[in-house]
Amino acid sequence: MAEYRDITFGTDEIKTDDYFINIGPQHPSTHGALRVVAKLEGEIVQSVDPVLGYIHSGIEKMCESLSYPQLIHLTDRMDYLSAHMNNEAVCLCIENALQVEVPERVKYIRTIMDELTRIASHQLWWCASGMDLGAMTTFFYGLRDREPILDIFEETCGARMTFNYNVPGGLMFDIHPNFQKRVKEFLKYFRKKLPEYDRLVTGNIIFTERTKGVGVLSREKAIEWGVTGPSGRASGFSCDVRKHHPYSAYPYIQFNEKIGTEGDSYMRWKLRMDEMWESMNIIDQLIDNIPEGDFAIKMKGVIKLPEGEYYQRVETARGEFGVFIVSDGKKNPYRVKFRSPGFSNLLVLNEIVKGFKIADLVAIMATLDLVIPDIDR
Amino acid sequence: MTNEELKQVINLLTSEAIIKDGAQYLEVTLPAAGLRDICFKLKNNAETAFDYLFCLTGVDYPTYFEIVYHLDSTVYKHVIVLKARTENRENPFIDTVGDIWPTAYSHEREVHDLLGVTFNNNPDMRRLFLEDGWGFPLRKDYFDPIRIVER
Repeated sequence: MAEYRDITFGTDEIKTDDYFINIGPQHPSTHGALRVVAKLEGEIVQSVDPVLGYIHSGIEKMCESLSYPQLIHLTDRMDYLSAHMNNEAVCLCIENALQVEVPERVKYIRTIMDELTRIASHQLWWCASGMDLGAMTTFFYGLRDREPILDIFEETCGARMTFNYNVPGGLMFDIHPNFQKRVKEFLKYFRKKLPEYDRLVTGNIIFTERTKGVGVLSREKAIEWGVTGPSGRASGFSCDVRKHHPYSAYPYIQFNEKIGTEGDSYMRWKLRMDEMWESMNIIDQLIDNIPEGDFAIKMKGVIKLPEGEYYQRVETARGEFGVFIVSDGKKNPYRVKFRSPGFSNLLVLNEIVKGFKIADLVAIMATLDLVIPDIDR
Repeated sequence: MTNEELKQVINLLTSEAIIKDGAQYLEVTLPAAGLRDICFKLKNNAETAFDYLFCLTGVDYPTYFEIVYHLDSTVYKHVIVLKARTENRENPFIDTVGDIWPTAYSHEREVHDLLGVTFNNNPDMRRLFLEDGWGFPLRKDYFDPIRIVER
């Protein structure tokens, strides 16, 4: 009989090399062409290094040779899920620079469109990140319920994703006669469907085990790293631009800024679900009160901003989006900078993944809600 | 704090600041050498508490590069714009503020990638979007070999 003895390893005796794996650029959980180089020890992530630039399209440089109405069309190619808010940011920036006041009707319609876009974006986030965590059903449910919103957009502005509905001075067309009726129908429908999302995932034991306490981001870190939007608010960072620097019709309405405390993946998930309820409340307050009036004011054929620097902040579905325009008085901007929320939200990743498993990295990336063209621009 | 009060605080911190009322925000141009110290004071002073850097970018002007910092206070909700210049066109450099607001590290990397400004003491000055050896596209004298932007 062979002699049997316990073999024990002291941790100091084993010398291991760092082990690197590549996630992406073509990987379903990166939601686009993002490459993440993860340094592992066993299955535990030590650090990550996001590698960007796979879909860098030089939008900021292109803007320098375009006129102001033209460059609006590039902004919805960045964060294609918040296309309407990106368009609005540029329009507001131009209107503020020219000191033009848009009609009340425009403000109301823009705000309703913002919130519809936010719901549509959060639905796509919900369905895709559910799939990242292994729940295939969410993908079908989310896309099914997003469809009515896209139909409403299509009816009013002719496009389903890249709307270009905002122009400097107002909107491109008036709303479709069916708009109010269909939005109300959708809200009634979605109020029944949203609890279904919660029953399917939020209380699910597999889901909660995988997200609670995973990828904790403290409030201090969220502020220091500029993490905004639902990801920042889940950590307790009150960063809602709609609340603190209101624009369009947001000053006229009552709404709560949802703020979490834990800052883990579960809280980020929960917060976006709550935001969908809040967006519906905002639309409720506006949809019956759209004032009569023009849908746009007459602007000059060639728009030239006075010399100076202009900045406009808006809240997209992902966080704070900023447009910084430097004008030298010509019809093209001298320099345009887009402050995209995804960029700051992604680059905090290395701070929060240390010590978690590789599968948790996917959960964290899913709940940070990344859209890669927004990051690469 | 109102803009007038902010002006007083900045005048107490430094005598070299050029303060201008911009279209929206107070715009303060500072000498590049003392920028980091003033940033540190603006963040840690209880009255100003500029703890949130929401935008950092660079602009290429004919004779100098200007780095623009947009700062917000999560306590008081006031906003200020800081600017610093570097006139060296061959090898432009400026101190990093990443140790004050860590988000600056990645934004500075973007500015370095697209504008070619080096940030001293930033540990990660690799290219961010473009390959090594690519030019700096946001410079006004950038040669666009495949005419992707200008037609």
